[in-house]
Amino acid sequence: MNFEFSDDQKQLRDQARRFLAEKCPPKAVRAVLEGSAGYDKALWSGLAEMGFLGVAIPEEFGGTGAGHLELCVIAEEMGRALAPVPFSSTVYLAAEALMLAGSDAQKQKWLPKIASGEAVGALALFEGPGNPSPQAIKVAAANGVLNGVKKPVADGAIADFAIVAARVGSSGRETDIALYLVDLKAGGVEAKTLTNVDPSRNQAELTFKNCKAEPLGAANEGWSILTRVLDRAAVLMAFEQVGGADRALEMGRDYALDRIAFGRQIGSFQAIKHILADMYVAATLARSNCYYGAWALSTNAGELGEAAATARISATQAFQHCSKQNIQVHGGMGFTWEFDCHLYYRRSNALALSLGSLSYWEDQLIERMRKKNVA
Amino acid sequence: MNFDDTPQEAAFRAEARAWIAANAPKQYEDELAKASLGRLVLSGANVLDVAKAWQKKKADAGWACLHWPKEYGGRGSSPIERVIWQQEEGAFGKLSRMFIIGHGMCGPTMMAYASEEHKRNYLPPLASGEKVWCQLFSEPAGGSDVAGLRTRAERDGDDWVINGQKIWTSGAHYSDYGILITRTDPTVPKHKGLTMFFLDMKSPGVEIKPIKQANGQSEFNEVYFTDVRIPDSQRLGAVGDGWNVSLTTLMNERMSIGASVATGFPELFDYCNDLVIDGAPAIDDRAVRAKLANWAVKASGLKYTAFRSISALSRGERPGPENSIGKLVAGSMIQEVATYALDLQGAAGVVSDPAQAEVAGKFQAMLLRSPATRVEGGTDEILRNIIAERVLGLPGDIRVDKDVPFNKIPTKGRG
Ligand SMILES: Cc1cc2nc3c(=O)[nH]c(=O)nc-3n(C[C@H](O)[C@H](O)[C@H](O)COP(=O)(O)OP(=O)(O)OC[C@H]3O[C@@H](n4cnc5c(N)ncnc54)[C@H](O)[C@@H]3O)c2cc1C
Ligand SMILES: Cc1cc2nc3c(=O)[nH]c(=O)nc-3n(C[C@H](O)[C@H](O)[C@H](O)COP(=O)(O)OP(=O)(O)OC[C@H]3O[C@@H](n4cnc5c(N)ncnc54)[C@H](O)[C@@H]3O)c2cc1C
Repeated sequence: MNFEFSDDQKQLRDQARRFLAEKCPPKAVRAVLEGSAGYDKALWSGLAEMGFLGVAIPEEFGGTGAGHLELCVIAEEMGRALAPVPFSSTVYLAAEALMLAGSDAQKQKWLPKIASGEAVGALALFEGPGNPSPQAIKVAAANGVLNGVKKPVADGAIADFAIVAARVGSSGRETDIALYLVDLKAGGVEAKTLTNVDPSRNQAELTFKNCKAEPLGAANEGWSILTRVLDRAAVLMAFEQVGGADRALEMGRDYALDRIAFGRQIGSFQAIKHILADMYVAATLARSNCYYGAWALSTNAGELGEAAATARISATQAFQHCSKQNIQVHGGMGFTWEFDCHLYYRRSNALALSLGSLSYWEDQLIERMRKKNVA
Repeated sequence: MNFDDTPQEAAFRAEARAWIAANAPKQYEDELAKASLGRLVLSGANVLDVAKAWQKKKADAGWACLHWPKEYGGRGSSPIERVIWQQEEGAFGKLSRMFIIGHGMCGPTMMAYASEEHKRNYLPPLASGEKVWCQLFSEPAGGSDVAGLRTRAERDGDDWVINGQKIWTSGAHYSDYGILITRTDPTVPKHKGLTMFFLDMKSPGVEIKPIKQANGQSEFNEVYFTDVRIPDSQRLGAVGDGWNVSLTTLMNERMSIGASVATGFPELFDYCNDLVIDGAPAIDDRAVRAKLANWAVKASGLKYTAFRSISALSRGERPGPENSIGKLVAGSMIQEVATYALDLQGAAGVVSDPAQAEVAGKFQAMLLRSPATRVEGGTDEILRNIIAERVLGLPGDIRVDKDVPFNKIPTKGRG
């Protein structure tokens, strides 16, 4: 047994951390938060040049082919830096869906463009309130065109293409849902940016009007492909969340050491020490669960479903907890626009809802554990 | 990143598995599997006898205290081999509970500070369970603040004479030896005047009085010392260096307790699979699932945190204060789990008679025993302080008694 990243992977982490410290300081996050670009284009190109967008994409499709453990390492750094780019939509969701279910032609067309930073992808799944469920999908596919509305679609207004979950039947079964690939620049789709709790990331409404779409994967397997894509993305997203949680903990710790009240460092009050200790506990449990997820993801283990849900729940809780308590430790300063605490608070709450919220993953986890128990 | 055995590890696992299959006390396997915090009963047998017999059998075949050197009764195994053994030993490992203090704390302290002759004499029978050891640290005046202890040791020729009282000493009533921390100099600040010894619990002047616990059982004791003589050769570490010696013990305590504390989750998960509420299994209820999921990820987080520590250990890194999180998380968790298991039973949750209660009263016993987990071996608050100070680097508490001679420190709160 070896439950640790390799030395090469740790070097990659250091490299990514240095790169992001330089190219993605809080100032860069704020530029997207307060602007209208939707993402940091220069950072996106830089990530492509570093090879970070294609670490898990095979060389024949323009990636570096390093693998998913390497992608986990980078995801964590993206989370730490709150990178304001469509990394999760493009890399965890669109690229994974293409690699899992795309035809050779589809992979040839889009994967190299993802790796080179030329194409931004998105997953169009949700249609208003609610968690992932076949019943909730109303966008209809017929005769090669889509009609209906998807919202929210993370990075929908800045994406070049989208993977869309659409209804092809009405039997009430999962097989009614198929996946489609849509070139968003080819017409038939209207994208509208939605104001959201974390404006450093784009959220959009996509309206499809007789929009041309090509099937992705077999027609009756849409939901099962989607479930597998969500599981894979959940592990990667969990690393992003753990990166954010760790940074929020560090910010709180540093402030507690610097700030004096009642003639003492506030970090000398047990009330503050215990808040920070509990943040450390949450972040540590989440990190360990993420490692379990990384192992399952990189080996395609049968445990992936359970491991992904575990990592996802644990990391969601940890990031929300740490970002919330970081504000508490900062007192009034934590509630200012000027301090960066709210950037982490916003991001933690936005990520908690992407890919399905906590209650969805809690249900998935126990369902999967129950099935294993029966088997 | 992998969970796979190397060829050597696989060979070790196969050997362990085969030996356990041929030698373990199978007749108790069922009852051991069902045992949980606060309840371990073996029908028609005394648990201590069964535990000692199994430990001796393991020792004779070289499977006791695997990570100890061979000459002291161990096997010289790697940390990973120790984990593999624990995985294979499964429910039979619960029989090791009464040896945890001896093997996990007293043994390592002896290994670090006793003379070679003492190590060769005392460690092998400790490893084999023939001799049981206890830890005599806490006193009425000092639990969290162990260094506030008042038991005196005074030099008299080649001996030390001990007078005072210890409390909360687990297993003192069936122990043969103990490690004992005493005050040898009350005129210097409290951490500086301490000295550590080991002693024979049958020594004249040692009196052991069981304490009835809140859950009705009696696992711990008061131990009184009246002019008990300990030869100077049984001193561990230098005179006045007892605090440093005790840190060795306490760090090992966190490792051995922290790595293996029960969370109650597997028991609750099984129970929710079996329990029927309003005609459907409890586990199909969304509210139940949400609760279970929250505990599932904590239990899993602890498991993989331990795996990370073991990986670090096998790379040669020392176990650090980060191991404090195991008991901190599991302690409140098992208490919450037990409370919830009773809640699921409705009014019937109040019944604790094993013959009448759900799953033989397992969760009721757990509920009543669980408060102790959050206190023994370092309270939740002390563990949080350790994480905050030693892991996160926050300032230590302001210590009003740090530089004061021990005999000038106030001894009463109000009045
Ligand atoms: C929305 C808002 C409106 C406000 N309106 C007003 C107003 O109208 N008028 C006004 O005068 N002020 C106002 N305030 C200021 C507010 O009263 C202070 O922010 C608050 O008292 C905390 O002080 P601080 O920000 O300096 O944080 P600090 O005192 O620096 O506290 C930082 C952290 O340390 C902790 N801490 C500090 N001392 C201790 C201690 N002894 N023991 C344990 N923990 C400790 C705190 O709980 C906090 O978690 C407002 C603040 C906000 C957020
Ligand atoms: C089942 C059981 C078995 C035990 N077995 C043994 C044994 O075998 N050998 C042995 O030596 N001891 C043993 N103990 C004793 C145990 O180590 C002590 O009970 C424990 O360290 C707490 O000390 P105390 O009981 O004196 O409580 P106190 O130290 O008086 O604590 C009371 C409360 O004050 C809090 N507190 C104290 N100091 C601080 C601080 N600095 N900051 C914040 N909060 C603080 C504590 O967290 C606690 O909530 C056992 C205890 C139990 C319950």
